[in-house]
Amino acid sequence: MPSPVIELNALSVKLGNHQVLRNITSSFTGRTIGLLGPNGAGKSTLISTLLGFWPITSGSARVLGYDVARESKEIRALVGYMPENDSFISGMTAVSFICMMAELSGLPAEMALERAHEALFYVGLGEARYRKLGTYSLGMKQLAKLAQAIVHGPKLVILDEPTNGLDPPARQRMIRLIREMRDARGTASAEMHIVLCSHLLRDVEETCEEVVILKKGQVVHYSNLENERKLNKKFVELELHGNMEPFVAAVESLGCESAPGALNRLKLVLGGNTEISDIYRVAAEQNVQLRRMNFRRDTLEEIFLKAMEPSNGRL
Amino acid sequence: MAVYKRTYRGYSGDITPAWSRFLIIFRYSRRNLFRSKLMTGFFVLCFFAPVLALLGIYANDHLGVLLGGPIGGAKLIKTDGGQFFLNFLNVQTAFAFILTAFIGPGLVSPDLANGALTVYLCRPISRVEYVLGKLSVLAIILSWITWIPALVLFFVQASLSGWDWMMQNLWIATGCFIASWIWILSISLLALALSAWVKWRIAAGGLLLGVLFIGAGFALAINGVLQTQQGYFLNLSKLINIIWQDLFHDSGDRALPVAEAWFGVLAFAAGCFYLLMKKIRANEVVR
Repeated sequence: MPSPVIELNALSVKLGNHQVLRNITSSFTGRTIGLLGPNGAGKSTLISTLLGFWPITSGSARVLGYDVARESKEIRALVGYMPENDSFISGMTAVSFICMMAELSGLPAEMALERAHEALFYVGLGEARYRKLGTYSLGMKQLAKLAQAIVHGPKLVILDEPTNGLDPPARQRMIRLIREMRDARGTASAEMHIVLCSHLLRDVEETCEEVVILKKGQVVHYSNLENERKLNKKFVELELHGNMEPFVAAVESLGCESAPGALNRLKLVLGGNTEISDIYRVAAEQNVQLRRMNFRRDTLEEIFLKAMEPSNGRL
Repeated sequence: MAVYKRTYRGYSGDITPAWSRFLIIFRYSRRNLFRSKLMTGFFVLCFFAPVLALLGIYANDHLGVLLGGPIGGAKLIKTDGGQFFLNFLNVQTAFAFILTAFIGPGLVSPDLANGALTVYLCRPISRVEYVLGKLSVLAIILSWITWIPALVLFFVQASLSGWDWMMQNLWIATGCFIASWIWILSISLLALALSAWVKWRIAAGGLLLGVLFIGAGFALAINGVLQTQQGYFLNLSKLINIIWQDLFHDSGDRALPVAEAWFGVLAFAAGCFYLLMKKIRANEVVR
C-alpha cells in the first residue's frame, strides 16, 4: 500500500473564535486528490494549515511523512502551491519572478534560471516570459502561478482553484496541464502528487482519482472516483418487452439482484462475475426484448449533492 | 534539458544552504532598485562626502608639499580626532535617511498589495527570514555609504598617522561601526514597518520624515509642559545622538543618561519589528 500523501489525525483549527476545521481524521494516498466543498467549508484553511500558515489547535497532520507543526520548512521544500488569488510581483518579468521563487525553494541560481525558462515554456508562456507580470491577462497570470508552483520540482502540488476566471479554451489548457503532470512518469522525482481544490466539480472529475468533500470543517465524504466508476458499471437499468418473470428468475440465478419497476422496467445489480453479455444471452433464451439498457452514472455532482444533504433532506 | 522539450521533470539536484536564502531577496531587490537612474545617481552622490573627506585627510598630511614649503605642523582641518568622524557620520546618515525614504516604502508594500507574501512564505523561508531579506536590502546599501567609507577613512588616516595613532584611536573605528549600525537598523526597521502598514509609497516616505520630525516636536512640547527630559523618548534622532556622543567620547550636554537612550532605541526597534511581523502573514484572516 502506498504511503499516505496527507494524513490528518483529529485535526482541529480555530481562527479567532471560529472553529474552522473540526476533528478531521483522514488519510489520502492518491496521485490526484480533489478537495471539494461549498464556500466556508474549510478547504483553504486546510491547505493553509498543511503549509504551516495557521497553527493547529488540536490533533496532528502529516504531509509526505513530515509533521506539519514541527517540520513545516521540510514540507514547504517539497510542496508547490498555486494560490487562488493574485500572488506575484507586478514589476518583475515572469522569468525573474519564477527564477526567484525557484531560488527561494533552494535551487542554485543557474539551475533556477534554467528551470524558470523550462517551466514557462511548459505552461505555454515561453514567448511571453520576458514580459512584466503586471501586463499579463488573467489566464496568463494563472499559468504563471502554476509555473512558480512547479518550478522547483515539488513532490506535491497544491492547486487552489486553478481554473478560476479562465475562458473555456484556457480552462481546457489548464486541465490538460494538470493531467500531464499527473501522468508524468519516468524518474522517481518526476512523479508528483496533486491536490486540487476547486468548487468546479467538472475540473475535479476530469483530473482527480480521489475526492474529499468538506462541509462545515468536517470530511463528509471520501470516494475513490476510479472505484466509483467501476461500481457504477454494476448498476443497470433495463426496459423490457415480453414476460418479465422468467427473465428475472434467470438473472437472479446468475447471482444478480433485481428490483422490478413500473412500465416493464427493471433495475439490476450485477453480481459476482456477471457481465452484460450474460444479460443479452438470458434475454435471448427467455425470448424477452431489451428495449433500453442504461448504466447508472453517479456523477460527481450527484455524489457532491448527496454529501451536502443533511438528515432532513434539505441542502 | 532544452526548453523545446515541453515535459515536466522533477528536481533532485543540489540545494543551497537554508541560512543563505534571505540574500536572494536582497539580490533581486537590489537589481530592481538600481534600474532607476535617479536612485543610481543619488547613490553615487552619497560618495561625494567620503571622497571629499579622503582628499581632506590626504591634503592635511601633504599640506607642505601641496603649498610648496614648510608649514610648521599646520592643518587644514583636524582629521585625526573623534569629532571629524562624528561629523562625517552626521553627513552620511543624512544621505542615508534620504536614501531610506526613497528605497524603504517600496520594499514591503508591493508584496502586500500584490499578495506576493503567500508565494514567498509557501517556500522554505520563515517570516523572520523574509523580514531579514528585506532589511538586508537597506542594511547593505546603507552600509556602503556609512560605516564602510568611515572605516576606509579611518584606515587611510591610520596609514598616514602611524601604528601608534591607530592603536590609541581604535575606539573611533568601533564607534563608527556601532553608531552606523544603530542608525541603519533603527531607520530601516521604521521604513519597513511603514512600508508594511502604508501601501501608498509617497505617503510612507512622508510618514518616515513625519515620525522623526513630529516625534521631535512632541518631545519638545512634552519637555516644555511637564518640565522634564523624558519627552526625548519620543525623539529617535535625539536618542541616537546621545548614544553617538558616548561612542565618540563627546563630553557635550546629554539630555538623558546613555543607558536610557539605549533602552529607548531598543524599545523603538522592537516596536517597529512587532508592527512589521503583525503585517507579514501569508494569509489574511477574514472574520
